Amino acid sequence: MTLPNEVTNVIVCGLGGQGVIKASDILADAACRAGFDVKKAEIHGMSQRGGSVSSDVRFGQQVFSPMVPEGEADYLVVVAPDQVANVLPLLRKGGVLIESSLLGETAATAGKSLNVALLGALSAYLPIAPGCWQEALTANLDAKWQQLNARAFAAGYRVGRPHADGIRHAVR
Amino acid sequence: MSITSGTLVSGDEAVAMAALDGGVALGTGYPGTPSTEILETLDALGGRAQWAPNEKVAMEVAVGAALAGARTLVTMKHVGVNVAADVLFTVAYSGIDGALVLVSADDPGMSSSQNEQDNRRYAVAAGVPMLEPADSQEAYNLTLAALDLSQKWHIPVMLRMTTRVCHGKSILRNRQAKQNELPTHFARNIRGRVMIPAHARPAHRRLREKLVEIEQWNEKCPLNKVIAGEHRLGIIASGVAFLHAHEADPTASMFKLAVTYPLPMALIRQFAAEVDRCLVIEEGDPYLADAIRAAGMRVESKPEMYRFGELNVTRVRRILAGDVSPEAAPLKGKPPELCAACPYRQPFGVLRKLNCIVAGDIGCYTLGALPPLEAMDSQLCMGASLGVGLGLRHVLPEAEARRVVSVIGDSTFMHSGITGLVEMVYNPPATGHVLLILDNGTTAMTGQQEHPATGRKLGHEPTNRVKIEDLCKAIGVHHVDVIDASADAEGFEKLLRDRLAGNELSVIIARKPCILAAGKIRQYEKANAECQVPNAE
Repeated sequence: MTLPNEVTNVIVCGLGGQGVIKASDILADAACRAGFDVKKAEIHGMSQRGGSVSSDVRFGQQVFSPMVPEGEADYLVVVAPDQVANVLPLLRKGGVLIESSLLGETAATAGKSLNVALLGALSAYLPIAPGCWQEALTANLDAKWQQLNARAFAAGYRVGRPHADGIRHAVR
Repeated sequence: MSITSGTLVSGDEAVAMAALDGGVALGTGYPGTPSTEILETLDALGGRAQWAPNEKVAMEVAVGAALAGARTLVTMKHVGVNVAADVLFTVAYSGIDGALVLVSADDPGMSSSQNEQDNRRYAVAAGVPMLEPADSQEAYNLTLAALDLSQKWHIPVMLRMTTRVCHGKSILRNRQAKQNELPTHFARNIRGRVMIPAHARPAHRRLREKLVEIEQWNEKCPLNKVIAGEHRLGIIASGVAFLHAHEADPTASMFKLAVTYPLPMALIRQFAAEVDRCLVIEEGDPYLADAIRAAGMRVESKPEMYRFGELNVTRVRRILAGDVSPEAAPLKGKPPELCAACPYRQPFGVLRKLNCIVAGDIGCYTLGALPPLEAMDSQLCMGASLGVGLGLRHVLPEAEARRVVSVIGDSTFMHSGITGLVEMVYNPPATGHVLLILDNGTTAMTGQQEHPATGRKLGHEPTNRVKIEDLCKAIGVHHVDVIDASADAEGFEKLLRDRLAGNELSVIIARKPCILAAGKIRQYEKANAECQVPNAE
């Protein structure tokens, strides 16, 4: 889906305490390790007070603005199921929504690692090698939750893969 | 500069790295979104960083260190500069040795602030050079440039950042080798440093002469860049607005300003003359546009509707197209609220129940103004709860005056509540007054920073502790009570009722650690239990 000189726009949304910023940190780090120029923007002053949080991650050969233009997200990752309708206008026409209902049972078993499971699903769509994701997960997550998160990421990837393949076929 | 592999860092982190690499001997400031992470990072990297009780004191400490020849960094959010302004305006006259860089972290769109003031106006008003980075690499480069500029002209320099530059992350590719701190010594210079009128008059002239020299330097400064493009449109921009504009119209000619005071007007004139249409793209006030127009150039500025809130690529496209049609409504979302287990919920519940008139203050507890609590009636700036509460008490009819309570947090009390308490003792209202200090043992709003009443320094190591109850008594308040209002809601309600009924001055300290910080506070206390604090009782 992504041409090498295009900018890929991802927005991660949710509520304070759901790991929105953490998920976007991992994504931005993985993209950086994959050799892309990366910019990330978020507002986190109130994030610990349970309010809406969103974080923009953009990567490509060269990225200028750190913020995704309005309604131009290629991928919208929503960690809070009840916020999907509110944030949907951020997604461009034909963009990919990644939210917990996509994960089915995996969402329930992921528990607190839902943010990482959703990243796993997202990873199926993105031109970032598994090794870069691995390094980014290790660098950004507490060692004590490493295994749990690795399982959540892998489970998310398994769910995302057929969808991503389907889109690739449709595009071609 | 040496080339390192790129790392993804925030603008705040990049400033801290530059401070470390640039030989900054002391970083000081007061926590404030979006500036807080600068000093926390400087400390984590092994630099010397400390929280001051407020921005004015931080600035004064930095001035002292700079007068001794050290390189210093002072960080604060935009409204913090209001507090530090008294120092800023006159240290611009006196100048400094060493270097002093003031980071002003502005918050256009008010993601976590009470106003969206544009602090570029401060650089002009005080007469201090200003640099504006657009991303993390620039935040690094311009911090170093600001230190050099400050040292060369013996003048404080403002590094003006905004939320997206502070908290945005981008790749830092180039870092220079760490330079040594400057040697310090005291050089007496009474005429230069004591700003009595006889000394300040020539000092003001010296300042203006420096600014003329710096303007001439800026005309040749390689930090400002012209990006050649089509002649149909020339865009003048700085900071993150440059990035939005460059993306919105990649083939336009761009003049990207890094040093935005004093402005390189000859270069701007040349740029403007070479394009068919010249437009200034800037967030907030039309600072650049006004200055360029005042210099006699015809440039377009954004329509007034884009003065409010942040810019982004979409809004810049609209500005370029002259589109003033109504914008899409902001997305619906969930507003922030006090944590479910926040120890401040009970006191606010009681204030509501007793129908108190609450003069509030700045912190998490300002969320007590929102539904369902709706237990705050005013909030303006750090420390205002005291003065505003006293003013209400002075003039309201007695029955209403008795319902007035000033509510302030522990860190905010340390920042600017103490002088308000002195006012309460000095000019007591006829009905007395009640100050409620919500003491959760941390600066919760900005991410749980230490302050003088926690007894721990920025890096959480032990230091002398200012005891709030002792301080209040020493100032002259006779009724000072400490209570855990969340454990004893009834006792708290009774106490508050009693104090409101009397004609005396009282302070109630509702003390219980912030639910988010409590675990960490216990760890720090355990680790620090055995440590000796110098100068402790």
